[in-house]
This record gives sequence, C-alpha cells and structure tokens, in this order.
Amino acid sequence: MIPTILTAVPAANDWITLDFVALGQNFWSATFDGLTFGSIYALVALGYTLVYGVLNLINFAHSEVFIMGCYAVFFTLSFLGFGPSAPNLGVGQIVLNLLLALIAAIVASALTAFLLERLAYRPLRKRNAPRLVFLITAIGASFTIQYLIFVWRGPVPEQALTMFQTKPIFNVFGTIIYSDQILIVTAAVIMMVITERFISKSRTGRGIRAVAQDPDTATLMGVNKEKIIITTFVIGGVLAGAAALFYVMKIPSGVVYNGGFILGIKAFAAAVLGGIGNVRGALLGGLLLGLIGNYGQILLGNSQWTDVVAFLVLVLVLLFRPEGILGSSLGRSKA
Amino acid sequence: MNRKRVMTTLAAAATFGMLLGGCANQAAPEGGGSSDGGNQSAVDIPALTSVDTPKDAVLPAGDGKAKCPSTTTLAYIGAQTGANAQLGINIFQGIQLAINEHNEANPDCQVAFKKFDTEGDPNKATGPVTQATKEANIIGVVGLPFSGESKATGNIFEQVKMVHITPAATNPGLTENGWTTFFRGLGNDAVQGPAAAKFMTDKLGAKKVYIVQDDSEYGIGLGKTTSDALGDALIGTDKVTQGQKDFSATISKIMNSGADAVFYSGYYAEGAPFDQQLVAKGYTGTFVGPDGLKDDQFIKQAGDASKNAYFTCPCIPGELIPDFAKAYKSLTNMDPGTYSIEGYDATTVLLAGIDAGNQDRAKLLDWVNNYDADGLSKHYKWNDKGELQAPTVYGYKVENGKIVPIGPIGE
Repeated sequence: MIPTILTAVPAANDWITLDFVALGQNFWSATFDGLTFGSIYALVALGYTLVYGVLNLINFAHSEVFIMGCYAVFFTLSFLGFGPSAPNLGVGQIVLNLLLALIAAIVASALTAFLLERLAYRPLRKRNAPRLVFLITAIGASFTIQYLIFVWRGPVPEQALTMFQTKPIFNVFGTIIYSDQILIVTAAVIMMVITERFISKSRTGRGIRAVAQDPDTATLMGVNKEKIIITTFVIGGVLAGAAALFYVMKIPSGVVYNGGFILGIKAFAAAVLGGIGNVRGALLGGLLLGLIGNYGQILLGNSQWTDVVAFLVLVLVLLFRPEGILGSSLGRSKA
Repeated sequence: MNRKRVMTTLAAAATFGMLLGGCANQAAPEGGGSSDGGNQSAVDIPALTSVDTPKDAVLPAGDGKAKCPSTTTLAYIGAQTGANAQLGINIFQGIQLAINEHNEANPDCQVAFKKFDTEGDPNKATGPVTQATKEANIIGVVGLPFSGESKATGNIFEQVKMVHITPAATNPGLTENGWTTFFRGLGNDAVQGPAAAKFMTDKLGAKKVYIVQDDSEYGIGLGKTTSDALGDALIGTDKVTQGQKDFSATISKIMNSGADAVFYSGYYAEGAPFDQQLVAKGYTGTFVGPDGLKDDQFIKQAGDASKNAYFTCPCIPGELIPDFAKAYKSLTNMDPGTYSIEGYDATTVLLAGIDAGNQDRAKLLDWVNNYDADGLSKHYKWNDKGELQAPTVYGYKVENGKIVPIGPIGE
C-alpha cells in the first residue's frame, strides 16, 4: 500500500481501444488545455533551441534553469503572503504580485543560465573540448543542480500556493475557457513574438544569427562571440523563468527538486519536432506536442499513452522531415 | 520576413477569434461544470472525538505473573530509514510501547526487542529477514509493513516456521501464497474497495462516481475492487500514471460526465495535484481516496482544494484512544501516527502468547493461529489464510487543514 517502490505495471485486462466518442465530447477542452500546456512547453523549448542554434549544444541543464524559476516563484509568493487559499486581493494587487513573482523567476532562471554558462561551458570552450564533453557536462550539471536542491529542500514538493481563483471567462463550443488559460496562452505567444522579433531585427539578434551561421566569420566581422553566447543563455533563462510562473500557476505542487525533468524532456522534444534551432519551430512544436498528448490520452483512455503518442508522432515527423517541421537552422531563419 | 508577419497576424487573429467565439456563445448553457454542483453541501459528517474500545481488550501488561526465559525476543522488521521511514517509526514505537508496558508489569518475564531495517525496499528486505530468522532467540516478528517487501520475504519466514504479523501491508495477493506463517493485522484492499464504494454511495450520497486509478499494483488492484462494488453508480474510469503532473485530459472527461464523487486509487504524490486541478476547473463534488492518500502531504500539496477530500483506511485512529494516546506520547513525545495502534495490537497478540507459556517458534505460531480475542483497536481472529475475519475500515475527512476520523465505514 505504501508508495515504497513505485513500479508501474501495465493494466492487465485491456488492450488498446480507441474512444472516439470521448474524444468528440472532450475535443475542445482538450484543445484548450493542450494549448495552455503547449505554450509552457514552447517557452522552455525556446531555451533549448537558441542554445542549440548558437553552440550546437543540447543544454540538458535547461530543465534546472526552469525549476530554479519555479522555486523563485514559490519563495516570492510565499513572502508576499500567498497561501493555499486564493488571496483576498483586488485584481490590480494580484497582477502586481504576479509581476513581482515573474521578475523574480526571470532573474533566478537567467542567473542560473548565466552561471551555468560561465562555470560549466565556458571553461570547456576555452580548452576546445570535443562536443561530446559538453553534452556530458550538461547532463552532469543537470544532476548537480537537482541534487543541490534536493539537499536544500528535501524530497517533498513545496506547499501548493493558489495565485488567484480561476474564473470561467467565456464559452467556446460549449467548453468553458478559464482566465488562467487565456493569460498563459496570450502571454506566451506575446513573449515568443517579441523573442522572434528581437532575433530577426535587433543588432544583438543579428549577432546571434551570425554566430549560429558561422562563428569564425562572425568573429572576423566584429561580433563578440562570447557576449553573444552569454546573451543567448540569458534569453533562454528569461523565457524559462516566465514558463516557470505559468507552470506553478497551473501546477502549484510542481515545485520539487526533480520537477523540471519531464517538462524538460517534453520541451526538448517540442524543439526537435518544430526544428531545433528554429524559433518559430519551438512555438509550433510546443503547441503541437501539448495538443497531441491530450488528444492521444483521451482517445486511448489512459495517461500511460500520453507520452507514447507524443513521441510516436515525433518519430513519424522526423522520418519524413529529419530537420523537424520548419527546418532546423537559426542562422538561416529569415533575415 | 513575410512568414513572420503571417505568424504575428495569425496569433492576433487566433486571440481575437477566441474572444469573439466567446461572446457569441455566452448565452449557451454552461457545459461540464454546471451539472455536478448537486449535493456536496448536503453531506456533513462530523468528526469523531473518541473511539469505543472493547471492554475486555487484551492489553500487553497481562496479569503480571508471567514467567519466561530472559532470552525471549520479539523483533520488528521494516523501514527505519528511507523515503517512507515515518510509517515504520509509527509502527515500531507502537511495538516498543507494548513491550515496555509488558515488561513493567511482569518482572519475571522481560521480553527483549530487536529492530531490523529494510528501508521499505523489497530488494533490501531479504537480508535483515534472513538475519532475524537465524537468531534463535527471536520467536515472533511484527512486520513487514509494506506489501512489496512482504511479498519478497514471506518464503523465508515460511521455511523456518516463524510467525509474523504485518501491521500495514494491504495487498490482497499476500495471503494467496500458501504461507502458514503470515498474518495480516488489518483489512486488505479487497475489503477497503467495497467499503469505499459503500461509503461514497451511502454516506456521501454519491450517484455518479468516477474512478481514476494510477498504474501501480496498489492503484490498479484497489481501483478494480472499488469499481466492482460500485455497480451502477460507476459512470466512468480513467487511468493516470505515477509521476504525472498535468491531469487536464482526465479532468475534462470527469467534468463532462457530471460526476458528483471522484475516487482516486493511488498515492498522494499524484492524488494531491489531481484534486487541486480538479477543483480549479470548477468541480464541486467530493473527492475520495484510499490510505495511499491519507497523509498530511496530501493537504500540503492540494492546498485549499483538499477541503473536499475524504479518505478510507483500514487503520484505526489510535489518537482517539485516550490511554493509548497518552502512553504513546509520554514514550515518544509524538501523537500516535497511522498504524501505531496496529503495531501495538499485533505485539500484544504475541506477548499474550508468551505469557501463556508459548515460548518457542512452533508454539507461538500455533497460538496466533488459534487466537480469538479483542485488541484495543478491533477483534483479532484469523482465517486459515491469515486474513482477519472481521476487519474494520475507517473513514477520514479533512477539517481545518487536518485529517480527522469520521468513523467506521462499509459496515
């Protein structure tokens, strides 16, 4: 009875059945929920994509960059007096408090990303380490941060905090849309549009693309490569911090030392699905992954299949488009 | 350049589309959420403040005239460290209390107590169990607390014919192994499931129950016994996985089904966020979980949503038996926890055997086989498989951020 050994066993007596009736009934709510979580995946996926685009490095420690943001949200909101009950505050005050939490999360995640780059990756770059070493270092850094949090906060999740009472806002096709869903999707899309504009328009953005295309030539043309790399990490951290706020909003009990792991894997898959290194691809991949997972789960009536379905689609897409749906170059993304 | 503009426009269009769609549909009746608001406030079961104990319950002290060799030893085998250590601590402190009371009252029979640590892990349990069975002075064991480790070690006890009473393992399959030395000091999940079903349909007045089970042996087994017992009141089932965080797909199904009670068959690590997300989506019915959810962690992680939660557990609230609670507190400086009283009672059965002169393994096993008397928490009489003949299942609820008992259920 006690959760000693959490070994999953397959449900014995049933085989795969497709429940189209349930999918029909739940189609729209599955869509909206899928988009909400998809936006969170997409924000985190951007961090993987940007770093990959610039360094050709899969930064596995990005999930810990994200979870540090979650802890920052938790501590800020606890400090501001949020608790298990929805706070008795006006809309303005709640927005203000959430903005403070957002800033704290962004700072925490960006700082983690910055330190990660400085302490783990830059020394390797200076020594011209082979690419595999970077990958192993990323995994090592991921575990290191996880277990530092474990030692600090222990194995149990933090107290769940309610940010606000979710309110049904309106009705689409007989499905209620909630305030938090609108907030998350809108904010995430806006942030991604800004990121995309920043990369395609600004001077620094051009630098990022230049380094992604050809680091040596970019350096010769006067781009400060180190500065560009650190900027990329920080942008990824900022977006992960925003994702952290939304994630804790949806899943208050998700603040735990290894809480970023699964989300990190999903966000990474989203980045690959859309085309790793491609900013729009991350958005598309994130939303698609959120939707596919939810549809698959309802169709098959079993959450054990959520990830199977999502990753099956990933495999199928990569079979026909090995570079992901939108292709995989940050450098070639439209100038 | 062009594609970017397209995307920005699309995003904006999508947002506005959603807004417009909303306005157009505002007059439509509310889906999902509205149909299930029915009867949640109708039920208010008061918390228990005391538990009746059987008048002639056997106590560890006995008559004070017992005589036994000074080498007589009882053992606890189970978690002392590890992730679920607290449960093991609850149990062996109950055992310690029983042995202390016995030894104080019986100067001529000082029973020694030994503890062996398994960390609750089936892979580590065989070592300590083998070690204990090799110590000739140990004639009886209270343990092992968890189903997995019990399954892994039952054969070792069987080979040396050493009696052991588990105060916490509830997997029904444990008594189907043909073991003659295994006794279960509480109801199993085959009892808990039907009791939970009856509790929901009778006491909570639920008419539409939705069952969600996780993918553990425990969750699947309990989900099945519960849904079998619900009959027509069961309107849907869904499966989630351990470690899952986002339950929106399952919750969407529940809201569409108009359920007025949800039974979550699994552990609190997923059950708590599940309840929280369910309530955030406007669910107003009751939420019921088994002993795997009955933990303060549930309240911590579900937050305010936990107000709608009830629990079923084959454990008796030892904190409501004043004498026991007081003695326990003076020994350990803690209130009795889940399964403390079960550990105490199981030890009492063995101590009574020793006092009656059954001072080797074979005799003590025979004594437990034929035991038929009240303990502090319930009546102890086992069938030939080692199951209690009249196990009790208790209901619990959340009140002011604490889990409080509301009385026996399923009777």
